[in-house]
Amino acid sequence: MAYKTHPSERKHHAMERARFLDLLERHLPPDTLLSEAEDLRPYECDGLSAYRELPWIVALPETLEQVQAVLRLCHEHAVPVVARGAGTGLSGGALPVANGVLLSLAKFTRILALDPLNRTARVQPGVRNLAISEAAAPHGLYYAPDPSSQIACTIGGNVAENSGGVHCLKYGLTVHNVLEVRMLTIEGELVTLGGSGLDGPGYDLLALLCGSEGLLGIIVEIVVKLLPVPPYAQVLLASFASIEAAGAAVAAIIAAGLLPAGLEMMDNIALRAVEAFVHVGYPVEAAAIVLCELDGTPEQVEADTAKALGVLSRCGALEVRRSQNEVERRKLWAGRKAAFPAIGRLAPDYYCMDGTIPRRHLAEVLRRIGELSAEYGLPVANVFHAGDGNLHPLIMYDANHSDELERAEGFGERILKLCVAVGGTVTGEHGVGMEKLNPMCLQFPGPELAQFHAVKAAFDPKGLLNPGKGIPSLHRCAEFGAMHVHEGKLPHPELARF
Amino acid sequence: MNSDHSAFLRQTLLDAIAAGRPLAIAGGGSKAFYGRVMTADAMPLETTSHRGILSFEPTELVLTARSGTSLAEIEALLAEHGQTLAFEPPHFGEGATLGGTVACGLGGPRRAFAGSVRDCVLGCKILNGKGEILSFGGQVMKNVAGFDLSRLMVGALGTLGVLLEISLKVLPKPEYEQTLVFPMATPEALSAMNRWCGEPWPISGLAYDESWAYLRLAGAESAVEAARRKLGGDAAADGPGFWHRLKEQRGRFFEYPALGTDLWRLSVAPATPKLDLPGHWFYDWGGALRWLRSDAPAESVFQEAERVGGHATLFRGRSGDGAVFQPLPPALKALHRNLKRAFDPDGLLNPGRLYEDF
Repeated sequence: MAYKTHPSERKHHAMERARFLDLLERHLPPDTLLSEAEDLRPYECDGLSAYRELPWIVALPETLEQVQAVLRLCHEHAVPVVARGAGTGLSGGALPVANGVLLSLAKFTRILALDPLNRTARVQPGVRNLAISEAAAPHGLYYAPDPSSQIACTIGGNVAENSGGVHCLKYGLTVHNVLEVRMLTIEGELVTLGGSGLDGPGYDLLALLCGSEGLLGIIVEIVVKLLPVPPYAQVLLASFASIEAAGAAVAAIIAAGLLPAGLEMMDNIALRAVEAFVHVGYPVEAAAIVLCELDGTPEQVEADTAKALGVLSRCGALEVRRSQNEVERRKLWAGRKAAFPAIGRLAPDYYCMDGTIPRRHLAEVLRRIGELSAEYGLPVANVFHAGDGNLHPLIMYDANHSDELERAEGFGERILKLCVAVGGTVTGEHGVGMEKLNPMCLQFPGPELAQFHAVKAAFDPKGLLNPGKGIPSLHRCAEFGAMHVHEGKLPHPELARF
Repeated sequence: MNSDHSAFLRQTLLDAIAAGRPLAIAGGGSKAFYGRVMTADAMPLETTSHRGILSFEPTELVLTARSGTSLAEIEALLAEHGQTLAFEPPHFGEGATLGGTVACGLGGPRRAFAGSVRDCVLGCKILNGKGEILSFGGQVMKNVAGFDLSRLMVGALGTLGVLLEISLKVLPKPEYEQTLVFPMATPEALSAMNRWCGEPWPISGLAYDESWAYLRLAGAESAVEAARRKLGGDAAADGPGFWHRLKEQRGRFFEYPALGTDLWRLSVAPATPKLDLPGHWFYDWGGALRWLRSDAPAESVFQEAERVGGHATLFRGRSGDGAVFQPLPPALKALHRNLKRAFDPDGLLNPGRLYEDF
């Protein structure tokens, strides 16, 4: 899969690598700096492995002072810096730049403090998401956001991407579960955003930092909120004869006043793939299934389950299964969690989309995706975080076939365009990174992009932090827009085309 | 009368840019007391005629309205559909608007358990200081396209832009509520409240008035009653009345003049022991929000808040020409100043309302 850095998104500098290494070595031990091709190789991509670039230098600092030294030198010499956590991101946000330092926070793996009475954990950015919940478990507490990569992904990356998970509808995204972040500016200044309470003074820079994809600062310490582990959870699996009926059932569950901990949907292609892979007994004849998890005290779960069963049957569910114990609950979830690898068995490659739509447009969007699938001659499976409208169509293709990759990309772009057209977004949880710069032009055809760039410049006037990611340049969009003229109007007419 | 006044608001701003004259954004005026006093020559920019609920989808839990829409109108519509604003916003007067609620970013008792104003903001349309109308975020819960500038507007007191439209996530209204009371001394109350919060009770409010702890349970009736049996305590005489008075700052603690000239708001870690400041305290959010009636000098309050990693706001009192909000360390202040310039390069929107110099 190809990506293109637009010339306007590159940062140029005249520094030589050997000389910059010399400067870095005055502050960092030699074994924390990598510059040989074979050492750089593991850092050439993140979770979006189709995009690759060898970094100029990799720095693996061990102390705050060392990170500060790297930033100060980069700032002084106008060298770009790309921060990296576990490298599990799916949009190329941690893709290196060829003339920049890849700053890995992988050595910052300590849980600094766990405060059960205040229900917080103070952690370094390289701590794995799941490790926080494991450390909190003896106190009956956990960290709620659970992206599917939670075994490997780090909390620093979660903040940078504002990661979600299957429990967002009830428990929120990363932004809802972080209380404080200590961040280094590109000048190497340490600032604290948020605070020990539930809000911080001044502008809500903590909210701004969440999901800023490493463009505003380097996160060096995080305080997350911990919640009591729900004592009981039960999952319902309902099968439906049509996508429309399943979508209507999801809407009816919400309208009934229920707030499920998880509310997921899969279409027939996805559930067949899953069943063939993990054999959990999914109803393969159904057009779609809905998984609905309810949690809380046993009394609350019982009341909610009774309500949900009523709603599902009124909405024409062909069959509803109810987990009777923890083993069954995990089994019903196992299929959903195995969806991506299961699709991976059906085709040599798949391209995972991440649009979000207002849920009421679901049936229409899925019908259009079906039509596009026929038009592009590529099968697609739909896995859907139905509760929050986040759609993951998985386009199947074979990169070894001459033009399938190109077709998959074209197909993907049409899906994202569709999401924007119905009032949704081009990325619900995977981030813009390098991957969705062009779709960003579709979503923001007006003056918003310039405001994004002004905000970026407020933090990083030289534009050195993760350059060329997250926010497309106006020139990129002008050129991209020239190929996608909307109602006869060119976006950014003030700019020269080249 | 619902109408779109954004073109008028924009033209007024463009005129102000041309004249170099600052604007004082005004909604219903119910929270005019909050924040610093602005320079006298600011011209009022009235937003109340820019009103109307634009969309409400009960099955999506999303509502979009113009900034001048009355908060009471929004709450009434939600109630009709068994839904509510999670953050239980204070009105502080009849004229409260959605725009003012978001610009001040204040949440009531349920905020600690169901989310803050900014937690619920999904998107907004603003008029920045250059006269550009910009849309950020959207009407979906998950959206990571571009910087989250919608949430940045919350609590910015209009200094970054004039709010035009806001999309909010709303929540189902709890089916059943019960308030329990427990007589307690301060140390015991702080420890009990935090212990309860660390356990999976269906809590939606937790306050302490220096004599009694008030615990509100919310959820299915069977779940609330089961929790109530296990927790003990006595049923409050008037639970709904208590939470309403706390949210709207009514009653002796907030209104009796002799308790102190100033009302301070301190946001700290909930289990923080009683702070070393003279005056009378009222604890909300299980101890994370502390109201202080006191005559203590502002510097001492800011210092004490900083000592425990929190921040203080002079909520009501004195003239407001001094510091109202916690002073920021220089590097953080510089980021604030740069951001203000990024949205409002001429410094025309509510100058001085948040911090003196921008």
